Amino acid sequence: MHTLTLAELARKLRAKEFSVTELTKSLLTRIEAAQPQLNAFITVMADSAMAQSVRAEAALKDGSAGPLTGLPLAHKDIFCTAGVRTSCGSHMLDNFVSPYDATVVDKLNAAGMVTLGKTNMDEFAMGSSNETSWYGPVRNPWDPKLVPGGSSGGSAAAVAARIAPIATATDTGGSIRQPASLCGVTGIKPTYGRVSRYGMIAFASSLDQGGLIAQSAEDAAMVLGAMSGFDPRDSTSVDTPVPNYVAELEKPLAGLKIGLIKEFFDKGLDAAVEKCIREALKEYEKLGATLVEVKLPALPLSVPTYYVVAPAECSSNLARFDGVRYGYRCQEPKDLMDLYKRSRGEGFGAEVKRRIMTGTYVLSAGYYDAYYLKAQRVRQLINQDFKKAFTEVDVLMGPTAPDVAFSIGAKASDPIQMYLNDIYTIGANLAGVPAMSIPCGFVRDLPVGLQICGPHFAEGKLLNVAHAFQKVTDWHRRIPAAFNKEVLS
Amino acid sequence: MSWETVIGLEIHAQLSTRSKIFSGSPTAYGSAPNSQASLVDLAYPGVLPVLNQEAVRMAVKFGLAVDATITARSVFARKNYFYPDLPKGYQISQYELPIVARGHMDIVLDDGSKKRIGITRAHLEEDAGKSLHEGLGKLTGIDLNRAGTPLIEIVSEPDMRSAKEAVAYLKKVHTLVRYLEICDGNMQEGSFRCDANVSVRRVGADKLGTRAEIKNINSFRFVEKAINYEVARQIDVLEGGGKVVQETRLYDPDKGETRSMRSKEEANDYRYFPDPDLLPVEVDAAFIASVRATLPELPDQKAARFVATLGLSEYDAGVLTSSKELGAYYEEVAKLLGSSKDVAKLAANWVAGSLAAALNEHNLEITESRIDARRLSGLLSRIVDNTISGKIAKDVFEAMWAEGKDADAIIESRGLKQITDTGAIEKAIDDVMAKNPGQLADYRSGKDKLFGFFVGQTMKATGGKANPAQLNELLKKKLAG
Repeated sequence: MHTLTLAELARKLRAKEFSVTELTKSLLTRIEAAQPQLNAFITVMADSAMAQSVRAEAALKDGSAGPLTGLPLAHKDIFCTAGVRTSCGSHMLDNFVSPYDATVVDKLNAAGMVTLGKTNMDEFAMGSSNETSWYGPVRNPWDPKLVPGGSSGGSAAAVAARIAPIATATDTGGSIRQPASLCGVTGIKPTYGRVSRYGMIAFASSLDQGGLIAQSAEDAAMVLGAMSGFDPRDSTSVDTPVPNYVAELEKPLAGLKIGLIKEFFDKGLDAAVEKCIREALKEYEKLGATLVEVKLPALPLSVPTYYVVAPAECSSNLARFDGVRYGYRCQEPKDLMDLYKRSRGEGFGAEVKRRIMTGTYVLSAGYYDAYYLKAQRVRQLINQDFKKAFTEVDVLMGPTAPDVAFSIGAKASDPIQMYLNDIYTIGANLAGVPAMSIPCGFVRDLPVGLQICGPHFAEGKLLNVAHAFQKVTDWHRRIPAAFNKEVLS
Repeated sequence: MSWETVIGLEIHAQLSTRSKIFSGSPTAYGSAPNSQASLVDLAYPGVLPVLNQEAVRMAVKFGLAVDATITARSVFARKNYFYPDLPKGYQISQYELPIVARGHMDIVLDDGSKKRIGITRAHLEEDAGKSLHEGLGKLTGIDLNRAGTPLIEIVSEPDMRSAKEAVAYLKKVHTLVRYLEICDGNMQEGSFRCDANVSVRRVGADKLGTRAEIKNINSFRFVEKAINYEVARQIDVLEGGGKVVQETRLYDPDKGETRSMRSKEEANDYRYFPDPDLLPVEVDAAFIASVRATLPELPDQKAARFVATLGLSEYDAGVLTSSKELGAYYEEVAKLLGSSKDVAKLAANWVAGSLAAALNEHNLEITESRIDARRLSGLLSRIVDNTISGKIAKDVFEAMWAEGKDADAIIESRGLKQITDTGAIEKAIDDVMAKNPGQLADYRSGKDKLFGFFVGQTMKATGGKANPAQLNELLKKKLAG
């Protein structure tokens, strides 16, 4: 059962080869067994998962089921789930039980999916290694000494280890794609505004986007449609129809023009990873695509631009965590200032504080023009670069990350080194374009991810292009040895 | 050493939308603490603001009423600071691009002259919650019912030169927002608040002096007192060789003075940046036209109309148009009396006089008046047709107010009809003359002042009902002999 994709699980469930409760139980058992090793989950929702399973089975029986009924998933612990702790990987929200469901959670519950639990993540989505979580680091299922990537490390590790068939995640600078790459799974960050941010705890409001980490493009296509759509509670969600992503999967690729981002094949890219990427691109040529070099000259400015804009927005978004209404409050505060200082000082981890301070600085009087305003202008240049590129090609491809998974602790003391992990992914967030990462090979026995970007609202195209690759390769079906057994010890 | 006062006012008016500016919570005043605060108002993790279009309509309405440019594309910005009554740790406001740009308001000064006060801008923002310090020992209670209520912040140019001008401007804006039905103007409940920026400079100087901002003034009277106190204080400081500190001061109505705010002033760096959760507000010509179509006749327009068609003085017109309801009441009375200039003046005197006094005494709004326009016009028409004198009318008015009856009913039941029969008046005069030979002799020998005595006595003899004009005329004749 653990090797089955979501699509296969759906077919077999409807063919009654097993029941929803059997499937859910088996996953809950795997989750429990894997937890000491992976630490992929912060909260396991066994009771409610079983209750949802029972309801799903009833729906399957009486014919009221939809295509996703009974299928299990995990939610990154950044999505508010009513009645369940929603921690965002932080001490600050360790005691926070959300009174409401995020729109994404609401929609997937309504579709009949079964929530297994909340996955571990970098604190407040700030990180590229899942080492900043209050709940401890997540370990890469391919090698427990290594990081799974971040900030959606828990979701990526859970899917890679097949302890959850699919998981929601979020991506602000690469937090879906980079862990997907490091864990050998498929990740998709939709167009900004495609998926509602209501109930998705905000890090950087103009960059955050909810998406999926899945075993395949086909699996992602099944769930993405149900997650997407205009939400009147999110003023930045876009009112444009949601296509049937599954229906678009099999469209022929012939004539596909793939742009290779010149700036991505630079000295920062590991040579073996580059070789792996170029091999994958040859597969696309075999499928009838043509490769074209494109230049996005402003793209190298992505990292500094992002590390001005994102901290600025986060410094404001995280101001609400003050110990007054919910969340962590320090013991016996002497006065208001003491309450604020100690609640925030004790509630937040180092990376979060670092970004809040950076953000406060770049917005402050005398610096706003030089930093924030300038960064937003550069952002427009990056946006224009993407727009122009998409007049020349259909999709852009390149590496997702400059290297494969690194050791836990290796970069923790050098924030800038850590930030450079996002060098290839950040541009898509700044421009709001959709982007995916699909596994395309191994280097030193560790997964490598191929990144695919498209124009705004081209999720269907991306999934179609990814699916074509996954039909002729099997990288996406590889499972780490330690987890490639039905029963985990 | 002569000093010039320079005043600018910042008015915060709560817009009377039914729900808050960025959430669906009700805006009603006076509910139990925190009973009108949703997850969005409470800034729970993951929530997002959604703009209430009605707030935009009301802001545009205000802008059109003060002849301002409406900004085609205005932007919400976050004003970041920490305070427990500000749940998000930032207030959503507008900074560089406010919805209403430059406009103006004309005020009438005491001497009757007009002055144009510039309005720099008006923008939309959300109100904060309230901090309650009483009855909680060493703790402060935070009530977030008010958090998220829409405000329009109206910033004037520093065009006012005296506390009186400031009050005139404030009252005019107050009247206007109530005419437009965008704010109930209730200063006690905090739906209309005013901060005054006050500075002084030598007459003739072109640079502005350092200003102090006075907060916490919630009545027109206090505005005047606070400004006067502050002006005197600043002059004192400067004449003593000191410098005025740019600071925020609170007005203490009990002591009648302004005080520097005790708290360590938070650094005023609000780190404004456009709110990424909200789209820019785009208003096109069609939207503006649709709002313009809902504008009522504005106070100045109504007053001008009263002056032109009813012949009222500008002062009277101003008083009678201080609220839309009062203007409507007055206009109906005048209309029922035939809208000529004579009756217009009569009606003006009564509405602004006796009626206003009665409303004041009983703490009622014009809409709650115990005498409606129809019944008042009924009373006034009896003055016009000489049935009763103005003096008697006052008594009838009081009886109408107390008993709720029509003028005619009271005049009838109390037999208050004026005596206009010449014969009857002459008889009464003869009687009085006969009863007072001494005074008669004195008057005829030159003591003109005794005329009043005879008027009084005759009036008394007729139970106050003699027509005063006729009485005077006939008395003169008879006393002359």
